[in-house]
Formats: sequence, structure tokens, C-alpha cells
Amino acid sequence: MDTVGERRITYDARGLAEPNAEVPHVSEIDGGRAVFDAADLTTRQINLELRSLIYEQGIRDVTVRNPGAKHSIGVGILQRCKIRYEGSLGYFGLGVIDGPEIVVTGRVGWSVCENMMSGVVVIEKNAGSLTGAAIRGGDLVVKGGVGARTWIDQKGGTIMVGGNAGSMTGFMMQRGRQIICGDVGDGLGDSMYDGTLYVAGKVKSLGIDCVPGEWTDADTELIERKFRMYGLDKPDSFQKFVCGKQLYNYDNLEPSEKKLVI
Amino acid sequence: MCGIAGIIHRDAAADIGTEMTRMLQSMKHRGPDSSGYALFGPQSDMVVIRFKLADANDRRGFDFKERLERHRQEVETRLSKIGASIDRVERETEYAYRAKVRYEGDLKALADYLEDVPGCEVLSMGHSLEIVKDLGDANEVSDLYRLGGFEGTHAIGHVRMATESDVDISGAHPYWAYPFSDVAVVHNGQLTNYFHWRRRLERSGHRFQSECDSEIIAVYLAEKMADGVGLEDAMHQSLEELDGVFTYMAVTSDSLGVAKDEMAAKPLVLFESDDLVAMASEEIAIRALIDHEIDTYDPYEGQVLAWTR
Repeated sequence: MDTVGERRITYDARGLAEPNAEVPHVSEIDGGRAVFDAADLTTRQINLELRSLIYEQGIRDVTVRNPGAKHSIGVGILQRCKIRYEGSLGYFGLGVIDGPEIVVTGRVGWSVCENMMSGVVVIEKNAGSLTGAAIRGGDLVVKGGVGARTWIDQKGGTIMVGGNAGSMTGFMMQRGRQIICGDVGDGLGDSMYDGTLYVAGKVKSLGIDCVPGEWTDADTELIERKFRMYGLDKPDSFQKFVCGKQLYNYDNLEPSEKKLVI
Repeated sequence: MCGIAGIIHRDAAADIGTEMTRMLQSMKHRGPDSSGYALFGPQSDMVVIRFKLADANDRRGFDFKERLERHRQEVETRLSKIGASIDRVERETEYAYRAKVRYEGDLKALADYLEDVPGCEVLSMGHSLEIVKDLGDANEVSDLYRLGGFEGTHAIGHVRMATESDVDISGAHPYWAYPFSDVAVVHNGQLTNYFHWRRRLERSGHRFQSECDSEIIAVYLAEKMADGVGLEDAMHQSLEELDGVFTYMAVTSDSLGVAKDEMAAKPLVLFESDDLVAMASEEIAIRALIDHEIDTYDPYEGQVLAWTR
């Protein structure tokens, strides 16, 4: 090593960006179905391959083997199709999707299905925190447990969890439904605006302005239909939670504004 | 952002140098500034000291080499003076050294005496703990310090994206709990009551080498353990007393623990099998270690977990 001058830092400061990546074309295509192995591909190559199959070659049934918990896989798929991931995904997987039916046989990291618009996502194992953040529609089914702040800012759709959920579940949710079979941590439904939470297990504590709701036949119908659709074991009973609407003061003027009006 | 990783083998020893390098390298995107290892090799009755006499990006003057050589001789002289019999002192890199000495006395007296040599910083001391940290990614550091083939039982590691203090070795993790034998910590997050704890610990005589908030966690835990509190209990207390967002891992000669703050703001993925427990900021690091399908999970907020061999 050179002993004169400062030691040179040799890492690539551009990080993991791959501006020059090209579609690898590694899929085995059989009729309308395609399979490819992602073990040796980078994140960008996997996404390019998926886009090429779905958008350019019109294939509607894709299986991705060995995604290896890489991040940001399968984002921005805006097409009705079937995608199966055989393995685990890392952070920010399946974000901003509109239409696909997706199965993940492993687990997923933080922020899966962020801003999902429609479609169905079934995750066979656990999910990390911030699952389904700002989701607007579709069904998201996690058969295992989920981390903290699940469905923060939910704006629609239905989410089901087979296991437990962490703290601040349903924080600031605005619409939609959450069905949790296990226990829930502190601050369930904190500052929620609207929507419905169903919990089968214990609730450690309720968040601000989240209150028990009145059970109706529509709730029974929804729960039975969703459990039938996804073949999950239905717990015997659920508690229902809704917004207490005590924080609703959108039309109230601030003291300084009142003076102006008068 | 930073990435942390930990691995503990329940029974056998393994090539933890290579394992930790794989885990850290796969998380390079979380922090390319520096990489660090706290490795536990075989238990020895001698004290292993890792120290450096200059930082990686110090200016090299015309007499840089001679200055380092002079300071190394001074370290050896001081070791002999304080009653440590030197088994060997090896130069690991241009400025980092590893010494093995027979010494029964007070570690603080020894560490303070050595750090009085200009430029000297003791990175770790213990009967099995060895801390290695330098600038660059994990592969670079591993090559530089020849960590491939390092046999041991448990390890923690860190890739750093510097936010609050300088990019140098003093600011790199893991931190040794100066002057407590065989205790080290890696941390992902920020402590908001850092100065409160730093002053409190300084009043009881502890020295802090860096401006990094993570350094106090190691000393905080080690001081409690020296008072007879177990690692797991000390970590439970830290959830109340340390303020901020954090996921940190602490290691002692026979155990590895992990704690998550009340907000669960920093990630952690955990994998447990019959042979080993592996954990990291991202699952991708655990996948770098294990080639078959595995089940992993995220610990919840306010959770403390510890494993003892």
C-alpha cells in the first residue's frame, strides 16, 4: 500500500444503481407461462425481466425462483397477471402495483405492497413493519405475523393477518378493513379517521380515538367470505374497532381565523 | 442508515470471519463508509489487545513510518513496565496491531497507560474478543486484516453510513466497552440523551474516544454487568434509560443479545436454528449465510433477546 498521502477509498460511491442494466432474457417460456431463476440476477435485472415478460411478451403467468430477499422486487406492475415468488422478498417489495395476483411463498421485509391500488397478494409466511403502507385497494393476506405500524395511512382495501401484529397497527387509517387473527401491540388504530379493524386475539392497548364498534350482519358476512376465499382458519370470534370521531374538527376554525371571520 | 449483523453458534466453533464478511458485504448499500467486526475466538488465558497508532485517513508525513515504529516500541516498553509479559505483537496493517500478553492486573490501568502514547487507541481487550474495523466495505477490511478463516463462536458486525461523526476508524463500530474485558456493541439508530449518559459515565471515570452515541451503550451495559446484573437484565433496563431510536446488539465472552426500542423504528430480522442464531438489519444478510429456504421473523418493539452458549 502507498504510504504517502491519504488512503484511497475504493468503494463505488454510486451504490447499487445500475443505469446500464439490460433485460437478461433468462426465462423459460412455455405457452402463456414463464419461469426464471433470480438467484444470480440483480434487483434491476429481475424487474426488467418481469416487465419484459408482462408488457412486451404479453405473458400473464410468471414464476420467479430464488428472489433471495432482494429489495424492491416486482414494483410498479400495472397489469392483471399472476406472479409467484418462490422464496422471500426484502424491503419495499411489490410496491405501487395495480391488478396482479401475487403469491410469495416465503416472507417479506418492511413496506411490502406500499400504495397498492388493486389485485391480490398472498404472503405465506411473516411480513416486516409498515406492511401495506398507504394501500388503496385490493386484498393483502399475510398468513404469518406482521411487524409494527402495519397499514399506516390505509386508504382502502382489505388486509388479513394470520398471526400477531405489532404496535401502532392501523395508524392514521382512513378507509378499508383489517382482519387480524392474533394479538395486537400498543396503540391499535391510533388517530384513525375511518375504516374497520377486526381483532381475534388480545389488544395490548387502543390508540387515541379508536373505540369498540357495534357488530352487524355485514361484518359476519365479510369475515366469512374472506376466510372462505383464502382458505384460512377462522378464529371463533372477533372484536370490532372503529373511529370514535372525537378528533373530527375539520370545520372548526383556529382562534386566529375566528377573529378574521368576525 | 447503517447495517448491523450478529451470529452465535450454539455448540461448535466455525469460520465466523468469513460468515460475518458475507453478511456485512450483502448489506454494503446500508453503509459503505466503514466496516467493523467484533469476533470471539477461542478463550485464552492471555489478554488479546487490538490497537491502532494512526487513523486510516491521517496525513502521512515524511516521518510517518518512523513515528509509528517509535510509538510501537513505546507501547511495548509500557506493556513491560506495567507488568504485562508480551507473548507477541503483530502488525496487522500499516497502523493497526494485535498484541497477546500475559497480564493479571487492572485493565483500565493498562488501557489508559497505552492510550497515553501519541496516536494510540485501544480498540479491544479481552480473553477472546477481537475488534477489527477500518474504512471500506467488508471484503476490503476482511482482506486487509486476513479475517477469512477466523475460527470462533460468535460475532457481531457493522457497516456504517456516517451521519453524526467523522468517517474514520475511531468513529467506526463495533465499540469495545472500555475498559471492561470482552464486551462490545453495534448499534443502528440515534440516542437523544447521549450527552446526559456520556457525562454521567464520564463522572464515574470512563473515557470516550469518539463523538459517536453508540459508544456509550457498550460502557453503560458493561458497567451494569460489572455490578452483577446479567446481560439480558441490563438490556431491559436500557430500554427505559436510553432515549432515542435504536436496535443494538451486545456481546460478551459467552453470550449475544439484541434490543429494540419502544418505537420499533430500526429493523431487525432474526433466524434461529438448532445450530445457530443469525440476525441482521436485512434478511438478505442471513440469506448470504444460509442457502436453503428458512423461516425468519422480526422481533417486536421493546423486545430484548439473548442467547448464551
